[in-house]
Amino acid sequence: MANTDNKFKNPSGHTLSLSREQAVELFIPVVAVLIALVLGALLILFIGKSPLTAYGALLKGSFGSKRDIAETLINVTPLIFTGLSVAFSFKCGLFNIGAEGQFIMGQIVAAWIGFSLTGLPTVIHMPLAFLAGALAGALWAALPGYLKAKLGVHEVINTIMMNYIALYFSHYLVMGALKEPGPIPQTPPVVEAARLWRILPGTRLHFGLILALGAVWLVYYLLFKTTLGYEIRAVGINPHAARYGGINVSRDIIIAMSISGALSGAAGAVQALGVQFRFLDLFGFVGYGFDGIAVALLGRNHPFGVLIAATLFGTLARGAITMQSIAKIPKQIIGIIQATIVIIVAADEVLRRILKSKSVATQDVVEAGEVGSDGD
Amino acid sequence: MPGAVLHMQRCLASVERGFLTLKESIGDPVVEMRDITVKFPGVIANDNVSVDVYSGEILALLGENGAGKTTLMNVLYGLYRPDAGRIRIHGEQVQINTPNDAIRLGIGMVHQHFMLIPPFTVAENIVLGVEPVNAAGKLDMDKAIRDVEELSNQYGLVVDPRANIDDISVGMQQRVEILKALYRGAEVLILDEPTAVLTPQEVDELAAIMRSLVHQGKSIIFITHKLREVIAISDRVAVLRRGKCVGTGETKNTTAEELAQMMVGREVVLSLEKEPAKPGDTVLRVENLHARSGRNLPALRGVFFDVKAGEIVGIAGIEGNGQSELVETLTGLRKSTSGHIYVNGIDVAHNQPRALIEQGVAHIPEDRQNRGLILDFTVAENFILRNYYKSPFARGINLDYRKVQAHARDLISEFDVRTPHENIPVRSLSGGNQQKVVVARELSSEPKLLIASQPTRGLDVGAIEFVHKRLLAQRDQGKAILLVSLELDEIMSLSDRILVIYEGQIVGEMAASEATEGELGLLMAGGHGKRGLDTERSERSGQYGQQIQEPLRTHVKPIS
Repeated sequence: MANTDNKFKNPSGHTLSLSREQAVELFIPVVAVLIALVLGALLILFIGKSPLTAYGALLKGSFGSKRDIAETLINVTPLIFTGLSVAFSFKCGLFNIGAEGQFIMGQIVAAWIGFSLTGLPTVIHMPLAFLAGALAGALWAALPGYLKAKLGVHEVINTIMMNYIALYFSHYLVMGALKEPGPIPQTPPVVEAARLWRILPGTRLHFGLILALGAVWLVYYLLFKTTLGYEIRAVGINPHAARYGGINVSRDIIIAMSISGALSGAAGAVQALGVQFRFLDLFGFVGYGFDGIAVALLGRNHPFGVLIAATLFGTLARGAITMQSIAKIPKQIIGIIQATIVIIVAADEVLRRILKSKSVATQDVVEAGEVGSDGD
Repeated sequence: MPGAVLHMQRCLASVERGFLTLKESIGDPVVEMRDITVKFPGVIANDNVSVDVYSGEILALLGENGAGKTTLMNVLYGLYRPDAGRIRIHGEQVQINTPNDAIRLGIGMVHQHFMLIPPFTVAENIVLGVEPVNAAGKLDMDKAIRDVEELSNQYGLVVDPRANIDDISVGMQQRVEILKALYRGAEVLILDEPTAVLTPQEVDELAAIMRSLVHQGKSIIFITHKLREVIAISDRVAVLRRGKCVGTGETKNTTAEELAQMMVGREVVLSLEKEPAKPGDTVLRVENLHARSGRNLPALRGVFFDVKAGEIVGIAGIEGNGQSELVETLTGLRKSTSGHIYVNGIDVAHNQPRALIEQGVAHIPEDRQNRGLILDFTVAENFILRNYYKSPFARGINLDYRKVQAHARDLISEFDVRTPHENIPVRSLSGGNQQKVVVARELSSEPKLLIASQPTRGLDVGAIEFVHKRLLAQRDQGKAILLVSLELDEIMSLSDRILVIYEGQIVGEMAASEATEGELGLLMAGGHGKRGLDTERSERSGQYGQQIQEPLRTHVKPIS
């Protein structure tokens, strides 16, 4: 075949099409957020309030002062971890709905290591408690991972059930073995040496944020720069081809679930060691794990996307409180906005159609002869 | 036809007049597509293409993968809107925006990948969307079945309206697709690569059906890249190359060589030249191998054979006789239930895929899109799919992407992979270039044994020639090659020895030089040399219920 026959001879044209693709990819979450904010504004108008006041209060509540910014970032921190957790499992083709349960296990184990050991220096105790929380999350996720890999039991079902086991197991522990003497079902406080450093004087902002940012980089590196990341992504996209390539698919599923669980466990650990300094009995799921699913979705399962999405969700959650107290607007509006974002991003095909001039999928562009070959 | 004059004419308005006079006896065209241009970002899929279809004819639309054949037909079927051009149906200019418009205008399309609902019956699939209802507005299934039977009698398309799609052969499913289009009143039928999924016998049956349809006044546009079928089936042919129509004309005035040249844009050698093999030591030895299929039925029932260094052993057979299971078992992807596989004397029957890779077994899988490649990975990432964990790519836990990319650039130039660069998803390459990525990866691993399963499936002439040459070169370097293919031509032209597989057993073995198509065909159908071809066999691919004849040569007694 003569080289002049190259149908890709127009590299500039092709780059154009790729960047257009990427632009669409980036555009969808942005458009989703804008549509959701407009819809929120309409709802606020509908209940007879001013959207400007509302959103003003929201912004003021989130960024109005040093303390507000710190509180916002405290909200963002666990969402980064759980968002990464869900995104990581997605990359291996797994849907870890168990982030919530792994969060609980991470939280209670970190609190336990945090209060039960004494006399250790901070440089040992703090990382130890944090890592113990991450490990607890990892083990909690490894079990459904193992069942998926070896027996083919669907991880969605298992991780959901593991959430409830975690919730009730934490009840049992905090009412029994780990209970602080007294009427309140909670653990004793985490000792000073195990607490995360405060990193902004005069606020509660803690070292967990730095750990979360480190986790973003770590997940990015792991996924895109290592052989393990190559394997995990291969398994996630096409397990048949991965197996053909000699990859041990079962092993990678267990590893990916464990790493995913460790990230959710870490979220629980930073809450225990940086915010609450103990484990308080839970009346129900706190929601950081479930919000992690939305964050991963909005962040397109990319670690940097997760960082941005977690920031947005954390900000909205923080701002909702001030919006309610200052502007007297029910904070459920924010819930609606968040839900709208998730729905739009989840139903991205609709937006994709609108954003593209031609209703053709990327793969058809060059290989028009094989249209539809991926659909079956 | 030596020295055949080029009868093909450029698709230009100026010369078209002469062409139309040829056709006057048949009448005006049913479909006229004029100056159709379709642009995709970075690629012009159709560039001023004009094609006519007359009533009562079979027009072959010939071209390599990515030449724009399917795009052009998708325009006619309302799936793409052209950037420029006009379409006339029965002389009237029309606007086709959706497949529904096309159906209303009497255009039906049978896609390469069938659009059927497997658990539904044949009749249910055919009437889907235009179901007959009774007075009460309830689905009238009896009428649907009667309609289907009537239609099926009218056109000689024999189907059982009550059978589930799940339970019928691929050839039957295709008939259902054709009936679906006819049920919707199609006058012009577009068949997209209809023979790709069929056995040679089913292809003959399809050709007969197509003949009968055009005799009854239908027109057929038949998309293909197989020259033999163009010559055998079509009345007229239009050749596309890189989005442009490079010629149209009467099939009887042209030759396969001429068409191949137009399609590829240069001269193509259709027959392979090869030296006699010089077989060396035995590299692969298979003894009494048994395995079960995905549906847990016995698929391999005592397979014996060996492959020596420096020879190509071809396995011929009709689809579903255990070929896929054999290849999967040999490459560690499927567990054998009993038997031995020796590679260089070591029993590898229970090895995992990676252990076999380490033994020097390369594998070109039959399904490049689902097994051979990770479509969303880049070209560079796909090149290391089977050795990413080794130096120089892996360094500790890290993957050295610079080395990976350099490796990719080497292979891209060595194997002439057409891609703008190594960092685009392999999904966006054409089928032929995707296969080149697989072939390049497997051959560059310096294997001792190469297992090539349908290595040219869905490829165009140029790419087939490329793959065949590479396989022969590997043989001449002393590699052992096991070739599994449904294309009898391929088996006969490439192999040094031919084995025939039938119902999970090797039923015949012969030197390729002594093999004839007729003899192989009989063995493939499970028959003796004396027995005539069994015409029912296409109905029965892969089922073990009715054994027609005892296999010719068996090493063990069949388990029945």
